Amino acid sequence: MSILGNRVLRKEDPKFLTSGGSYVDDLPLEDALYVVYVRSPMAHARVRSIDVSAASSAPGVVAVFTAAQVDLAPRPPGAPFANRAMVRPWLAGEVVRFVGDTVAAVVAETREQAVDASELVFVDYEPLPVVVDPATAGENETLVHEAAGTNVVLKIPEDLVNAGIMPPEAGTEPGDLFDACDVVVRQRIVNQRVAPCPLEVRAAASAWEGGHLTHWTTTQAPHGVKRSLVEIFSLEPDQVRVVTPDVGGGFGSKIGAYPEELFVAWVARRLVRPARWVETRSESMLSLGHGRAQVQEAVLGGTRAGRLLAYKLSVTQDSGAYPDIGAFLPSATRMMLTGVYDIEKVFFSNTSVTTNTNPTVAYRGAGRPEATAAIERMVDVFAAEIGMDPAEVRRRNMVTSDRFPFTTPTGTTYDVGDYQAALDKVLEAAGYDELRAEQRRRRESGGTKQLGIGLSSYVEITNGFGGSEFGSVEVLPDGRARVRTGSSPHGQGHVTAWSQLVADQLGIGINDVEVLHGDTDVVPRGIGTFASKSLQSGGVAVLQAARQVVEKAKKLAADLLEANPTDIEFDKDHRRFHVAGTPSASETWAELAQASGAEKLSAEVDFAAPGATFPFGSHLVVAEVDTDTGGVVMERIVAVDDAGRLINPLLAEGQVHGGLAQGVAQALMEEMCYDDQGNPLTATLADYEFVSAAELPSFETYTMETPTPINPLGAKGIGESGTIGSTPAVQNAVCDALAHLGVRHVDMPTSPMRVWRAIDEAKGNR
Amino acid sequence: MRVSLEVNGETHEREVEPRTLLVFFLREQLGLTGTNVGCDTTSCGACTVLVEGESVKSCTVLAAQADGRSITTIEGLAKGDELHPMQLAFREHHGLQCGYCTPGMVMAAVSLVTENSDLDESQVRQGLEGNLCRCTGYHNIVEAVLDAARSSREGAW
Repeated sequence: MSILGNRVLRKEDPKFLTSGGSYVDDLPLEDALYVVYVRSPMAHARVRSIDVSAASSAPGVVAVFTAAQVDLAPRPPGAPFANRAMVRPWLAGEVVRFVGDTVAAVVAETREQAVDASELVFVDYEPLPVVVDPATAGENETLVHEAAGTNVVLKIPEDLVNAGIMPPEAGTEPGDLFDACDVVVRQRIVNQRVAPCPLEVRAAASAWEGGHLTHWTTTQAPHGVKRSLVEIFSLEPDQVRVVTPDVGGGFGSKIGAYPEELFVAWVARRLVRPARWVETRSESMLSLGHGRAQVQEAVLGGTRAGRLLAYKLSVTQDSGAYPDIGAFLPSATRMMLTGVYDIEKVFFSNTSVTTNTNPTVAYRGAGRPEATAAIERMVDVFAAEIGMDPAEVRRRNMVTSDRFPFTTPTGTTYDVGDYQAALDKVLEAAGYDELRAEQRRRRESGGTKQLGIGLSSYVEITNGFGGSEFGSVEVLPDGRARVRTGSSPHGQGHVTAWSQLVADQLGIGINDVEVLHGDTDVVPRGIGTFASKSLQSGGVAVLQAARQVVEKAKKLAADLLEANPTDIEFDKDHRRFHVAGTPSASETWAELAQASGAEKLSAEVDFAAPGATFPFGSHLVVAEVDTDTGGVVMERIVAVDDAGRLINPLLAEGQVHGGLAQGVAQALMEEMCYDDQGNPLTATLADYEFVSAAELPSFETYTMETPTPINPLGAKGIGESGTIGSTPAVQNAVCDALAHLGVRHVDMPTSPMRVWRAIDEAKGNR
Repeated sequence: MRVSLEVNGETHEREVEPRTLLVFFLREQLGLTGTNVGCDTTSCGACTVLVEGESVKSCTVLAAQADGRSITTIEGLAKGDELHPMQLAFREHHGLQCGYCTPGMVMAAVSLVTENSDLDESQVRQGLEGNLCRCTGYHNIVEAVLDAARSSREGAW
């Protein structure tokens, strides 16, 4: 019986549960200096002078660096098509552009000495007007980057049309977009800025030996960090080793290498001593990339009979002070614009702007949750407008299962799906009709505890950036297998899943498979773990390598047994290769590995999937809203998710659970707030409403398995589905609870204050 | 100043700065890096250890305040190779992913169940409110704690 598809407990766990993981800050590093950055307390200011004299003579201080000493070229923006003048200096010497911008690096013998001395750096700032509101940033006379001459970072689809990547019609709004519609609804939607908050903050350490750099860092993509270091320091690839020990979560925020991390290597080279840096949580809230941050104007039109015909979404994406990948994520919003629905006419436009806030990056879903949140909210607004059940509007407009592969009006081709089945399943599992009856009873009673039922039917894109991933399998002389993978995990359970894949092919136990990752000297190539791509790219690479090893073993066994390779049978149950019909003469894995000598019994594969995959599902949330206080309680969260074939349902379930919690977090609680002067208001975990166990119910999860034809495993990604699906379901539930009071929409987070105000406004009190 | 702490059954005497937090004493002086630091506002609970059997956020206690006390960290929870029922339950229920919150979460859960093993889901959720996890959505952590509480009631602890 195959081990695939079973709830195999994680091999990773015993270490975490007994001695804890080995994170960057846990590594012993002899003689390392500590780096502490001095950060700007002002959102936008000219730096008149920096006085480092007191800090430089403080106990234990080895050096204090400012922009004047840095001999590295500023970093170009991290988003394609971004205005190239919006560069990021390693340390800000002339202008600071957000609270948290780095102006100096204090290096001392101990962490405490570096922190103490950093308090002694005196910076004279001349305040400048600030740009905070993304909605008006494009027209703001104040420029975040003077040299750019504009606050506009990039435009989608305009820039892509001009580059010839998209056809001209993609950039032109059809004049008759809503002409055929009986009903047109409009809504401004704020998909607020949130903080990714991996439990482990950023950390890096660097040590040079001669011209060779070893750099330890907490990242989702060690080979990407290596490429950055090679480029920045003009090194040959074999001069850089990046090591990623255990990583305490990433959620997209640790895909790219941050300047504070890379600069540690510069410090170590300059001072000819190892150096290390770990940020505090409060620093992390200021300067680890934020997520989302879109302002959307949505228009949805259709017939009174509930048929959706036309949809328009105009987005302003906040990119923060130094445009990073967040500026380009609206391209993913465009890709998934129409979600699970068959809507004939659409138009999408986006303007990404720079503001005096922390840069935005990928965060669990990265551009797709923003698409789903918009269309799923609008379907509910439309349903309310025509007086039809939102489940029914969804069902009537979904792409039916006989139409795959299905290409959407924005040119995205969905692989396979059965959206109606997922909807039916969630309605049945939740007891939809009874819930609506209970809602009616509560409404009729006029009590203060009202029930909201929120739906969200989603489809999302995983492995959307394509490219290949590296995997290798080597059988060792003792008969065990060693796997190398370019997918560097941070909690997902790759070691267990990859062990299952190899064990299944080789017939050995999962504990006889060793999985190596996160060291660029051990794994020659790699992309990393993001975009829910690992299993369908890195996992498939390992699977194919294992298959190739079996074929190699057959050839080797044929040589040893003096037979034709086609006559060799692999008896997986007994882990032996023998000539068909004569099992007595056989070769074991260990014997074959020993016989392979210097050639090694191994295979390397770079697997590039021919396309992306599109997991889908339906989520239903039941919320109880207190109309006196605006307080919302999550009563139930029911989720149906289809990620194709599941290799380890336990791991898939864990991904869904975490995703659901992060969806609730955004919809109900979390927001990274700045005041109108660009001062962060939620810059600690005491102020930021990080979701805890107390705000969540237990989840009711169900799976569907519609295998994708895109890869040999039939697997799609499951890392982001939970978040993408649940966020609008929660928001819709809250809005639904208030619908009979005349409330049409409440922006996220649907905090007690927002809910109470919406009720108050609907009463005509405002 | 000089402090003496019993950590995981072993007495350690060390010279520390008065401002040294317990968590840095454990991590840097004793090399017990299983206990993590996840915030600087006593919000996340990653640093939770047991002081005289009760859960304490070790980022909010000075090493000096723990002088003469008995401390248990994640490294001291198992009896040799025999995992504590709470450790077993976390593994069995997939109550961890990246592992960063795990030591603190497990120690907080041990304290919670020791205080009252007859608890329901809501009490577990309220009881662990001070320990944040970004990966698991808490569902499986709650399952694990309820399971471990059951085993405690049955006398398995």
